[in-house]
Parts: sequence; C-alpha cells; structure tokens
Amino acid sequence: MPEEKREIVIPSQFLGDVKKNKAGHGTFIENGKIYSARLGILSKREGEEYINVTPLKGRYDPIEGDFVIGIVEEASASSWLVDINAPYPALLHVNEVPWDVEFGETEKYLNHGDSIMAKISQVDVAKKIQITLKDRNLYKIKGGHIIEFEPSIYRRIMGKKYSMIELIQKYTRCRIFVGKNGRVWIDGDAEGIEKVLQAIYKIEREAISFGLTNRIEELLKKDAKDVR
Amino acid sequence: MPVISSIKREYLSKLAEHGKRADGRKFDEFRKIEIETGVASRAEGSARVKIGNTQVIAGVKMDVGEPYPDATDCGVLTTAAELIPMASPDFEAGPPREDAIELARVVDRGVRESEVVELEKLCITAGEKVWVIFVDIHILDYDGNLFDAASLAALAALFTTKVPAKRFELGEDYPLPLRDPPVSCTFVKYNGVVVADPSLDEEEIAEARLTVATDKNEDIRAMQKGLSGSLTREEIKKVIKSSVDNGKEIRKILYKSIGK
Amino acid sequence: MKSKSDVKLIDGHGKRIDGRMPHDLRKIKIEAGILHRAEGSCYLEWGGNKVLAAVYGPREAVPKHTQNPLRAIVNARYNMAAFSVEDRKRPGPDRRSREISKVISEALEKVILTDKFPRASIDVNIEVLDAEAGTRCAGLTAAGVALADAGIPMKDIPVACAAGKIEGHVVLDLGKEEDNFGDADLPVAISPRTGEILLMQMDGHLTLKEFDEALDLAIKGCHIVSDIQKKAIMSKYESVLEVE
Repeated sequence: MPEEKREIVIPSQFLGDVKKNKAGHGTFIENGKIYSARLGILSKREGEEYINVTPLKGRYDPIEGDFVIGIVEEASASSWLVDINAPYPALLHVNEVPWDVEFGETEKYLNHGDSIMAKISQVDVAKKIQITLKDRNLYKIKGGHIIEFEPSIYRRIMGKKYSMIELIQKYTRCRIFVGKNGRVWIDGDAEGIEKVLQAIYKIEREAISFGLTNRIEELLKKDAKDVR
Repeated sequence: MPVISSIKREYLSKLAEHGKRADGRKFDEFRKIEIETGVASRAEGSARVKIGNTQVIAGVKMDVGEPYPDATDCGVLTTAAELIPMASPDFEAGPPREDAIELARVVDRGVRESEVVELEKLCITAGEKVWVIFVDIHILDYDGNLFDAASLAALAALFTTKVPAKRFELGEDYPLPLRDPPVSCTFVKYNGVVVADPSLDEEEIAEARLTVATDKNEDIRAMQKGLSGSLTREEIKKVIKSSVDNGKEIRKILYKSIGK
Repeated sequence: MKSKSDVKLIDGHGKRIDGRMPHDLRKIKIEAGILHRAEGSCYLEWGGNKVLAAVYGPREAVPKHTQNPLRAIVNARYNMAAFSVEDRKRPGPDRRSREISKVISEALEKVILTDKFPRASIDVNIEVLDAEAGTRCAGLTAAGVALADAGIPMKDIPVACAAGKIEGHVVLDLGKEEDNFGDADLPVAISPRTGEILLMQMDGHLTLKEFDEALDLAIKGCHIVSDIQKKAIMSKYESVLEVE
C-alpha cells in the first residue's frame, strides 16, 4: 500500500477537471474546473471520483446530527440560547429536553455557564440552529474539565476507527467526550486529565504529520498507570 | 461573546485547592517575558512585549507644545491605550471602553507618578515651549494580564526613546532623560488563592485583582485594586513581596532588552 | 503628490533613490499565524512598512440590522497606529482610513465565498505599525494571508501592489519620496488566479499609454507578491509535515 501523500492546498489552487472528477468538500467550480476553496489537505485518490479538501483551519460548521458540547448563554421563558463554538448560537427549546419545564422556569434547569452535551437537530437556510437533549447519552455535564481545540482536527483526535481516542482513554483512564464543535469534556483524576490535555495539544500541533499515533502512544506511556 | 463554562471555573478552582494552576505554573510564577525594542522605526522609541501569548506594542512620539499651566517649566506626558479589535473577539472598534481607559490611566500613573521621565529637564522655553511625549499602547493579542504587558512596553519604549531635537532644530538628538523604572506586577484572587500574572481563564474567574509597582529599592510606587472581591491584609502583604521578587527578575529582562 | 522638489528621483540609468531599478519591488517578508486569539493573522514587512492583519469570524454580524440574510458581510478596518508616521497621528479613524477600509472590504468581498455564511460578518483588522508609502497594498496583502490562515473559504487569495510615475518614468512600488514628489500613484489589487481587478485607485497624471504600462507593471508586481504570500501560508505547515 503506497504511503499516503499529504498535499497541502490553498484557496484558488487548481485540482482537476469536471470532465474527469466531481467537486467534493472544500472546493468550488469555475468554468468547468475544480479549485480548492480552503487551506487544507487534498484528498484525491486514484480511481475515486470525488476531489475533497479537508480544511486545516476554520470555524465549526454545524451539521444536523452532530454531537456537540454547548455552554448556556441565557435562559428565556421557553428556551435557552447556547454557545456551540460556531459562527451562530443554537436554540434549545423546552420541548427538546428530557425534563418537564414549566413556562418561565427554565433557569431552574439550565443557567448561564452550564455545559451540555447536545445534538444538532436542525440547521435551516439562514443558519438558524436548533439543538436537542433528547437522545441517549445527552445531558447536563457535571465535573471534569472542558477545553477547546481546532474543530478541523476532530477526525484526528478520534483516529481511524476511533483508534486514537481509545488509545488516549486506555492510558489515562479518563472519560472523554469529543464534540464535533471543537470542545472536549474530560473526567478523571488530575493526572489523567493533564495527560489527555497534553495529547490533544500535541495532536493539534502535529495534525498533518505522519506517525502521529505512535508518538501519542509514546507520550502517554511515559509514567502511565497500569493499562487494562 | 463566549461564556466561560462553570465546569472550567470549577476545574481551575479545584486545581487551586491542590496548589496547581492550569498551565502548570507556580502561584507566584510569571509566564515567559519577551521584549523587543525598535519595532516601529518612525516612532521616537518603541517596543513589543510578550508575556506568554499576550502581546502589546508601545510607541513614543514627541512634539513641541505648551506646558500645563500648573507646571510651566516641565515637559508633558500623555499615555493612551487602545484595545484594538484585533486583540480579542470581544473588542469592538469605536470610542475607548472603560477597560481601555482604566488601563491607560493605570499605566500613565505608573509612569508619571514614579517620575521615570525627568519632565523638568524637558523644558525648552519656560511657560511657552516644552517637549510633549505621547505614549501610545496597542494591545495586539489578549491572553491575560494587560496591565503588566502594557506597562513594560511603555517603559521599554521610553527607555529607547531619542528626543528628536534635530527635527525641531533644537540641537542634536539625545536620549530621553529617565530615572530608574518601577516595575508593575499584577495578581488575581480566585477560590481563596492569589496568583501572579493571570492567564485569560484566570482573569475570567477572578474575584479581585491587585497591581503593585515597585522600584529597585523595593519601595512601592503605585497600586491599583480592581474587581469587586476583597483582599485581606495578609494577601496584600504577600502580593507586595511577590511583586518585589518578580519585579527584580522583570527589571533584569527590561535592562537586557534596552542594552543596559 | 503635486509639490515639485529638487530631489532627483531617478537617474539616467534608471536607478532610483533607494538604489532600485524601475521594475524592482521593495523587500517583502510575510509571516502567517502570529497571533493567538485571532482566527487568522499575518505580519508583513514591505520596504519600511510594517503591518499586522487579524481575522475574526465568521460570526453573527452585530448590530442585527447590518445582517444580510443571504451572505456574510466583510468588514475590513484599516487603522494607522499613532506612532506609525513621522508626525503622530491622532488615534481613531479619520476620513482617509475610512475610505481605505471601504475599498479593502469591497475587494475582499469579491473573493470570499460569502454565501456560505448568511447573517454573519467576517471582520478583518489591519493595523499599520510603521508606514512608508503603499500601506493600503501592504494591508490588503496581509489581509489575504490572514483570511487563508483563518480557514475562510475563498475563490482566491487577494493581493495588491502599486505602480506609479516618477519624472516621466513608469516604475513599480513607489517608495516614500517617490510617493511624495512623484507624478502618479496607482495601487491595484487583483485575484491572481483570474487577473480580475478588485481594487484600483489613481492619484496624479497619466496618459492612456502610461496608464496601460503602469497597470501592467502593477499586476506583474501583484503576481510576484502572490508567490510570497502563498509560500508564507504553506511554510507554517510544511515544517510540521517533516516531523517523523
């Protein structure tokens, strides 16, 4: 299996012809030619029709079905405004939470500064975003720590078939919930949390390099606890 | 306007209970300080200061003008600070907000009250013409502790300033007459602990803030308390001691950057 | 621009005051991603110019009445630091800064894929720390890098360069004295991929033939600067790729 080449492309870079390929994510078409719209990594494999550019940077673009970590900004009579680390805030309606909330009693359940694991339930054309807590494993978060990371490296933190995130969980024995929106919740003992943070910062810095999984494992192994 | 999650707040507080800070620093430890002078060639003096990721640039411009009526044989010194929108997603363009004004006034007082600049030597014609010094501070990147970064940048800029006498046909250019500088150190209190050089997160959860400027003789030259929380006498004493200790180190870095 | 002076701007061999030949650019240095809080940033030195550009966004546009329901608005704010010029400039936007902010915003809007972000704004801050003729070109060029660094989707990375006329000669990239005592100044911004002109202003006096020559020269200059921009954006990541 030939070593996967990682080519960095920049906006306006020519990638291919509409006659031979299809324009995927992060690209645009002009006069029958496909160009990169983003600073990112080119994904153009032999035999594959689609040309995609995976962005290296950029704010989180909410998509229906994404699991995210939100921080409540304010409570209104029948809804909450939630910061989801995106260009737009999200609305959480009282009908979308597992509790029976009376009109005007929203503050009893969620307040400014509270953190929640939520799911994007709707994104309309004007990018008005709605989220829900009505799904398994969605709730108000307690304890632990939350940090933000570059949303574009979400896939790197998860790894192929979750290999990276499982590696981190194995060595640190922490519970970790990675939001697609560039926020991650970590719970465990102080040492474990610190190790997870170091791993995530390293992945952020070296996201495009090769052999990252091995280097992360080495980092985690250093004074690691017993691995189960 | 991102809200700080109460989870992060609690995590930082818990760490504090165990004598730790989120970035691994000791309670009285400053982040890495970098000072670069001569960064704006059209200024009479300039400096760029980094404390951790916080970045500030200060430029000194001089002009000839009228003295203040109550100090007719002294030069004039004014300080302005701009929280330009580049430095934080929360800063907007427009007239200066309270924080910018407080920042400028604290830095200005620190420079003026300490009499770092020998204004009495900047008189040209008593009652009519004196040297006017403008110190303009631009915050470029806000990651906590603007007070110290801004003060340090102002000092480094002043210490590399040449009075532009030639341009005004008043003789040859000469270094701005200055005395030994006081150095400011800022601390915040949260969850019962007091830490030096607050990071952005620490500032967000701070209950009280105290800036102390000390000189080379370990005397106090300026103080400013901010925010609505309180400080005990004991805490204030500790802050003063830490200011003196950190001040010594910061003064060394400052002198090195200006070639002393 | 109009004052005559006994400063000789260009000699018989085409050598200019600072030693450059008519088609030489001043020295340019570009660094991407130098600020921590901003989504994207760029520090750029161009001759004696030093500018910083920072990008925030996309984010919901405020105040609400400025929101466009179909696309993002681009707010470029060009500002000169008080200490960036010989005679201290009073802080705050003046009419010149406002005008430059407007033409830069319009230029950037053309290449940014704004319809991906309805109701949002993309805020670009350009701060001139040291000024020496051609600050708007330096500022727009830095903004282009900062936008790419921020991951903003664009059709192209905009770039700007000026040409002008001194003592009858059309030259590239005016320096300070040339700007003050020359005969014409023509700053131009283009989308390098297509050659479309995004910004153009002219000050002074040019015949039609001189204008064509100056425009050609400015565009050539833009392409050279565009290469420098692209290298700066890539270099941040190329060093990481080499880590093994």
